[in-house]
Amino acid sequence: MESIFTFDSLLFTVLVKVLVIVAFFFVAALVVGYLEHKVMGHMQDRTGPMEAGLGPVKHGVGQLVADGAKFLQKEDIIPRSADPWVFALAPGVALVPTLTILVVIPFGPGVWAENLDLGLFFALAASGVTVIGVLMAGWASANKFSLMGAIRDAAQLIAYELPLVLAGAAVALQAGTLSLVGIVERQNELLLFGAVPVWYGIPQFVGLGLFFVAAMAELNRPPFDMPIADSEIIAGHMTEYTGLRFAFFLLSEYAGMVVLSALATVLFLGGWYPWPGAELPDGPLGAVIGTVVTLAKIIILTLLMTWARATFPRLREDQLQTMAWTILIPLALAQIVVIAIVIVVLP
Amino acid sequence: MSIPDLFMLGAFVLGGAAALLVVTARNVVHAALYLVIALVAVAASFLWMGAEFLAWAQVLVYVGAVVVLILFGLMLTRAPIGPMAQHNENRKFAVAVSGGLFVLLVTVIVATFGDATVDVTPVRVADLGEVLYVQWAFPFMVLGFLLTVSLIGALVLARREEGEGPLPDDTDEGSDQGLEDAAQEPGPSDVTSAPGAGDAGQQIGAP
Repeated sequence: MESIFTFDSLLFTVLVKVLVIVAFFFVAALVVGYLEHKVMGHMQDRTGPMEAGLGPVKHGVGQLVADGAKFLQKEDIIPRSADPWVFALAPGVALVPTLTILVVIPFGPGVWAENLDLGLFFALAASGVTVIGVLMAGWASANKFSLMGAIRDAAQLIAYELPLVLAGAAVALQAGTLSLVGIVERQNELLLFGAVPVWYGIPQFVGLGLFFVAAMAELNRPPFDMPIADSEIIAGHMTEYTGLRFAFFLLSEYAGMVVLSALATVLFLGGWYPWPGAELPDGPLGAVIGTVVTLAKIIILTLLMTWARATFPRLREDQLQTMAWTILIPLALAQIVVIAIVIVVLP
Repeated sequence: MSIPDLFMLGAFVLGGAAALLVVTARNVVHAALYLVIALVAVAASFLWMGAEFLAWAQVLVYVGAVVVLILFGLMLTRAPIGPMAQHNENRKFAVAVSGGLFVLLVTVIVATFGDATVDVTPVRVADLGEVLYVQWAFPFMVLGFLLTVSLIGALVLARREEGEGPLPDDTDEGSDQGLEDAAQEPGPSDVTSAPGAGDAGQQIGAP
């Protein structure tokens, strides 16, 4: 199936796709950020933002827009001993990989920018580049806390990249394809015991759990926020950043939540299908229903991440590493072996 | 010139310039960052030649892992900001060797291919898997085994047995010193990464 953003003129097609992706990137980050403020507020028995509104709608819906305007007005400070070029470029390097992953994520039948043959591989390769931006930021700040945060972050990302990739590999193994669109379609055809339609999240529940935990760790979300722990290394690599550049880091965290939730949705939760084995009508109606279903699943997953943030205390650095290397990675490897055997034994 | 040709040319120029900056940069962290650009340019060339899998593998392995290990190692051992003297006495020798190698490679490639045109046919990843895991399965497994053995060997070398060497508490300073010395001696950044990478492995492997 062709992408719905395809037109006769190549240049126009590219322009439309880039605009749609960038617009989605910013809107999704704002929506998820607002939801987190509100939901975490209520979980902690307070109201969260109430005043800032967009027009007649109050309840703080305009809070993050106002925050963005505030960040724009702030002075852009580069410390005197910092390395100016690397310092200035780092937030962009951290942000771009998240943006590029959006290119391959399918939101509904036909609602994707590119259906790459290697979509999953591309997404995982791009997500590994973010850490270079973090390392650049931590080093160029010329600040011991920043450097420490960057080193912690790099160690954490290397450790949790493996379970993430391995959980994705198990899905590719079962689906027999690396294309994210292909994975969604194959997933909807899966019948457990030849009769019960299920998504990959059921037979691969271990993989789903691994992917979700590793995704939270990749994003430095609490309880895995050791690299940006505010109470001990004052926000790690972000310590010296102000204004728009700081906002970029926040933006890439929220957009990263959306992107990794979208990947989890596509890999384990049936993508755009509302229930296992469902059929969507052809044409625009199917595309709209599919997109709404995918977005609902993404929001549920991001709310789970917020719930985890409001519930669990921060892990210690050595606990983080021990958990990745002695629990998550062996589990992921064992899961791949089991899936491979099942696929070979069962036709 | 068509648009793909222009992109290829851009990747070549950018990658070449970045590669030159890797060896001439006055700051070792800058050199590692230029290496990122050079490696991405190589990935872009792969992409334009139809080797999609190779291009993303290049990004995943080299940019996402190797350069991160280099940077991680540098920052764990020493992370100087600002230019510093690269006391490398073999610079002239290195220029001669790399220049000679460059001329040799260009001559060989031009002599072999000349102005032959090669059709760019994108490789499907399923075909690639067929070749790699069916046709060449044995060499592939031997390679994997070799890498596993070297990984275990590195762990054994890095790990301190109980009762061997000084106590961990007083070795912290000593081993850092050793790493710094080791990091200062070799010139190219890929060699510099070795102590850092080993250290990361040690930290992770022996908690």
